[in-house]
This record gives sequence, C-alpha cells and structure tokens, in this order.
Amino acid sequence: MSPWTRRPRADAAGSPATPRRDQADFPGGSSSPGLNRWGPGMRPKATANPTTRPASRTMQVLQGIAISPGIAMGPVIVVDRSGLALPTRAIAEEGVTAELERLDRGLRDARQAAENDAIEARDRLGPQYAEILTAHGRMIADPTLQREARQRLENERISAEHAVLEVLEGYAARLEGYVGSHLAARAADVRDIQGRILSQLIGARPEPIQDVLASPMIVLAHDLTPSEAAGLDPRRVPGFATEAGGRASHTAIVAAALEIPAVAGLGPILDRACNCRTVIIDGDQGLLILDPDEATQEHYRRLATERSERFAVLARQADRPDATLDGCTVELWGNIEFGGEVAACLELGAVGVGLFRTEFLFLNAQEPPGEDEQFAVYAAVVRSMAGRPVTIRTLDLGADKIAGYRPGTGPESNPALGLRSLRLSLRDPAIFRPQLRAMLRAATLGDVRVLFPLVSTLAELRAARTALEGVAGELRAEGHPIPERISVGIMVEVPAAALMADHLAKEVDFFSIGTNDLIQYTLAVDRTNETVAELYSAADPSVLKLITMVVEACRKQGIPATVCGTMGGEPLYAMLLLGLGIRQLSMPPHQLPEIKRVIRSIRLEDAQALAAEALSRPTAREVAELLDAALRQALVEPISGSADAVRPSASAGMVGQGAAS
Amino acid sequence: MSEDTTVACRQVEITNSLGLHVRPAMKFVELASRFPCEVRVRHNDNEFNGKSLLELTMMAAECGTRLELVARGPDALAAIEALAELVSARFYEDEDGEPVEAAPPPEPGR
Repeated sequence: MSPWTRRPRADAAGSPATPRRDQADFPGGSSSPGLNRWGPGMRPKATANPTTRPASRTMQVLQGIAISPGIAMGPVIVVDRSGLALPTRAIAEEGVTAELERLDRGLRDARQAAENDAIEARDRLGPQYAEILTAHGRMIADPTLQREARQRLENERISAEHAVLEVLEGYAARLEGYVGSHLAARAADVRDIQGRILSQLIGARPEPIQDVLASPMIVLAHDLTPSEAAGLDPRRVPGFATEAGGRASHTAIVAAALEIPAVAGLGPILDRACNCRTVIIDGDQGLLILDPDEATQEHYRRLATERSERFAVLARQADRPDATLDGCTVELWGNIEFGGEVAACLELGAVGVGLFRTEFLFLNAQEPPGEDEQFAVYAAVVRSMAGRPVTIRTLDLGADKIAGYRPGTGPESNPALGLRSLRLSLRDPAIFRPQLRAMLRAATLGDVRVLFPLVSTLAELRAARTALEGVAGELRAEGHPIPERISVGIMVEVPAAALMADHLAKEVDFFSIGTNDLIQYTLAVDRTNETVAELYSAADPSVLKLITMVVEACRKQGIPATVCGTMGGEPLYAMLLLGLGIRQLSMPPHQLPEIKRVIRSIRLEDAQALAAEALSRPTAREVAELLDAALRQALVEPISGSADAVRPSASAGMVGQGAAS
Repeated sequence: MSEDTTVACRQVEITNSLGLHVRPAMKFVELASRFPCEVRVRHNDNEFNGKSLLELTMMAAECGTRLELVARGPDALAAIEALAELVSARFYEDEDGEPVEAAPPPEPGR
C-alpha cells in the first residue's frame, strides 16, 4: 500500500468521531465535560486491575529525550512490545460469541507455542529454563484464567485482548504487592504469559496503531519505526513516547513534521505506564508525566494556552521580511514530507520548500512507486507552492529507515556505511530513472530544484548529473517541455563532501547541508543508539569547522548554502549559523515562527562575533554553553506587546501542536 | 461415576523451605488434573482451585503453612491420598528447590 493512501492528514479527514486536534490535546481536566469525549470504556489499560488501587494514583515524572516539541495531555494506549497495537476495548454485542472463540483459540495457540518453546529450550538451554516455559504453558492453560477472561469478555463486552490483559494485570498487581517475597517476581511470569497470549491474539490481525483507536490517545511504545510514526494521525494520536530512540532519529523528524509532541529514550516505562489514566507529554522538556495531579494538569493547560497565543502572534508576523536588526536578510524555507505540509509552509511564510523528502513514497511499498504516481505527488506540491521553489530530494533510503522495497542486497552489517541513498539510486536505474523523470516533468509546472543526497565524491555527483541529463534528453525527445536549465544541488552530509566542497561547488547550483548525517558521520555516533546518543552534538567544534569550509567554498563560487538538518530549526543554532555565513535555513514549517523571531531579534555583527568565539572553543560543551548564554541575552525582550495579543482560537488548528518552542 | 459425590478432606503442611513456589505448585496442579474430581485448597478461610496454577501461586503458601485439601467427586479419595503424599514428600525437592533424584514419580493411586 502506498503511504499516500494513509497519509496522516488525509485519511482521518472523513472520520466523524475524530475531535478537532486542539480538543484532542487538551481534554480540559477531569472536571471538564471535554474528558467525557473519550468515554469510560475507552482507556484500554486504565481499567486493568480493578480489584486494587481504585482511586489514589501517584504522579510520576519521567525524564526522556525531547524529540518533537509541544504538549499533549490525555488518555493513553500502550502499544505492545512487538509493535502491535491492542484493538479497541469494547466490542459489539453480536460479536461476543466469535470473540469467545477467538479467546479460546488464542489461549490454545499460546499454550502450544510456549510448550514448543519449552521443548526447544530443553535441548538448547537445559531443563531448568525449559521448566519455566512449561510452567508458562500451564499458566496459559489455567482454567481460572480462561474462566475469568471469558466472564469478563461476556459481561463487559470487551475484546479478548483486553479481557486477558485485565485479568492478568489483576494477578500481576497482587503479586507485586508481596514486596520482598519471591512471589513479587512471579509478576514478571504473569506479564510474560500475558505477552504470549496477546501476541498470539493480535498476531492474528495486525492493524496500524491508530486504526484500533476509537478516540484520540497518547501512544506509548517501546519504539516506533519512522514508518510507524509516519502513519500516525495527529488528530488521533496527539502525542507519543517511547522507551528507545533518540533526538535525531528519523522518527523524531517525522514527529516534528507531523507536529506530534514526542519524547523518546525513556528507558523501561511501559509496565509502569500501563495502568495510567492520563499522561502528559512535554515535548519541550522531554518529560513523560504519568497520572499528573490536578496542579500539574492546570500548569500544562496554561502552558498550552500561552503557547498557542504566542504562536498565533508569531504566525501573524509570517509575511514580514526576515532580517536581522542590522538589515541582513535571511531566507527561511520549509522541509516537508507530505503534500499537506505545503499549506503550513505558505501560511508561516516560507520562501519555498527547501527539502521535499520522497522516502515516504517508497516506505511500505511492495513495488517502487511508478513515474506517474510520483509525478502526481510532486506536481501537486509544485502547483500548491504557486511558483515558489520546490527542492525535491531523490530517494534517501537506508540506515535507520525501513525500506519495504530494497533490491538485490542481503542485510548489511553496517547499513549507515552501506548501499543507501544516492548509492542505491545510482546502482539501480529502475528506482532512479522513474524518479528523475517524474521530477523533471514536475519542473514543467514550476520552479523545481533537484537535490542529490549523500554525495561523497565528485565522481558520484557526475554520475548522478549524467543520469539526470540522460533522462532530460529522453523527455525532451518525447515532447515534454523540460526547462533548459534545471537547478541541481547536493546534500553535504558526509565529511568527505565538506572537505571537498571547493571542487564540488564548481559543479552544482547550490549546497544543502544535512546536519544530522554530517554530525553522525563526523563524530562516528549512531544518532539513534541511545547508549551513545549523548556523544551526538551539533555544537561539536569539528562540525562547525566543516560547516565553515562549506560556507567558504560557496562564497568563492557564488552559490547558496542552505542548512536543512535539525540544526537549522533550533533557535540555539540559528544565530550561530547566521554568524558562520549561512543565509538560508530550511526547517519543518512549525519551527519557522520561532526562528523568524530569533532572526529579527539579533544583529548580524553579534552573530558573527558569536561564531568567531564558538570556533575558538575546543569542546562541544563549551560551544553549547556559549550559545545558550548568547541566545538568552538576545531574546530578553518579550516577543510582542499586549496590543498585538491574539486569542488562542485564532489559530485553532495549531493549538498544542508544539508549534513554537 | 457421574453420581459419585464422594468428598475427601486432608490437612497438610507445606514443609519445603521455599514454600509452594512455581515448580511445586505446577507438580500439584499436574497431579490434581489427572483426577476427574474437583480439587480445592483451603487456606485462611479462602478456597482455591487446586487445578489452577495461577490460584495456587496467589495463595502464597510459605513454608509452615497449613492447608486443607478437599476433593469432591469421582476418585476423590485417591486424589487426596496422592496429593497429600506429594506435599509431605516436599514435592520431591531439596532445601534449594532442586529435584531429589531418588524420588518416585507421583502416580495417581487407584
């Protein structure tokens, strides 16, 4: 299935049950009628364990890594570790008989699976481990479990998954109550069989996360792949948090693009979170708050209101020119993944699309999308940008992006250094040529610029240009009015490209600095590996030196350099990049207002002094401290007078979307 | 057989040092399940299904706990006999919960 058919903003539009996004984010607290929107039966895990702990819930604040700004508050769904989501809790009355059969079948199959595992384990791991698995098999087959789950399913008319979950959660919670006893450890066994039964039940009918949600819920998961995150609909999933993952993962980029507040890298939280009624995602501070008390909820509601007011004010300033106090103009561009984001780019005053990622056409696809399919997508974006430039990047799949389609190669031991991105395109004309043809055809409709990712050498650039020229010749011969000159640029995201920028600059029309990969490759840090993620820093002097080299090469050659990585949209770095000589920044549209504010609040000469100082500092930490202090100083003034105040409802669609941070 | 409403009771004491943890409980359940009669275990005025590993685990019977076994229905006497023997033999486990090699396999008496 093409991801476009499940494009988040498109596919939920017709759902009558979907509340407006701003409402979804802010239920208004337990006393507000807003909370009733979810109904009492719509909290899959909240009703678990009904026999204990009925009322008093203790707030827990958990620190993770902020990956997408904004605030979301509401009921929660815990997605199973296997990545499968639980179905809706309630089922129709007429479905009860079938669901009972499904329950019995699930228990039977889960028991069989556990016993098979036990036999296998006996040979491989010895009899003692096998005995544990045998015990799990027995527990799954337990007459009491089956009786209670059946009763609960029938009486409450709930799905088999929830019946099992609620019965076993009750047992697990009681066992956990035996603190200090070996019985407390039995809770883990109960959770283990719970997982076995659930995966057996869910495995029979996997569904996209949000399709099982009857109402908006915050998703908690061990991890979400970029394509899973891409499938999230902000109106149905107002926020998410994961145990794994980190700041610069593609999941983070997707979350920011979808404007879903998100926190990652929380460590083991799911067991603790599964009984929560309400959680808050603070995507600015990287916090997950379980069962927030009333004061905390009130605090976040106020924060959200302030945020929406501020965003409304900033959005109104969108069409003012972006220049520093001393008159240096900076171009702000938008990064997009989906056609639907063009509206936000225009609304928030982007001069064009600085990065149109095309991976999502390919993700989840059995076959690579054809030329016509791609053309339709590109053409729609080019037309809606109405003459403003659209920079389309050729396929950049590989590394942590999951490709449903990836020809010819087995698993790579080191995919970040393997056949990915432009290397893959150059190797496989069946992927590359249709994409280039579609891009060039779209160029007949507006200002399209072609961007090649992950260029490491001049030879690669030349090979890519040759392919492009070949395709252009074909299209002209076929009668397509392809423009005489197509603007071609490369992503500078491999240190080799930065080091060779002077030569590369002679053969391209522009550079686009992809800071995420540039940092990863320069520091040799896997940005999604939470154990080393702290070593990943945009403030590292080595990265700044490489950016300086690129800027210098561009200046000599008279071509522009855009920063389109995460760094470009962070206020902390905007001033530094300006000082380093960057005059174009491209970022997810929701970051535009805040960066505009930064640009308009500073002086170029201050930025230059800051950059010079930063370049002299030997460690990332010292650079970061410098930037932090400089930003604080630059932004002491409030953003607007009261005369400019705008009611939050003026931009209802953006409320709580983490717009500004 | 279906008319058989024999009821058999027996007081037992858990004497293995780790109490009725998972492995002994599993042995108990396995043995109890071989008999057609109902098997109940009474502890502190609560009654548990002797064929349910979950319920026996929840019973949290430590070493020294006194239990009343109740069997109701066909083969009730034999069931009580076998189960009481299993308990008094400390589930054929030593102090560390390791299986005692010389233990005779528990058979449903007849």
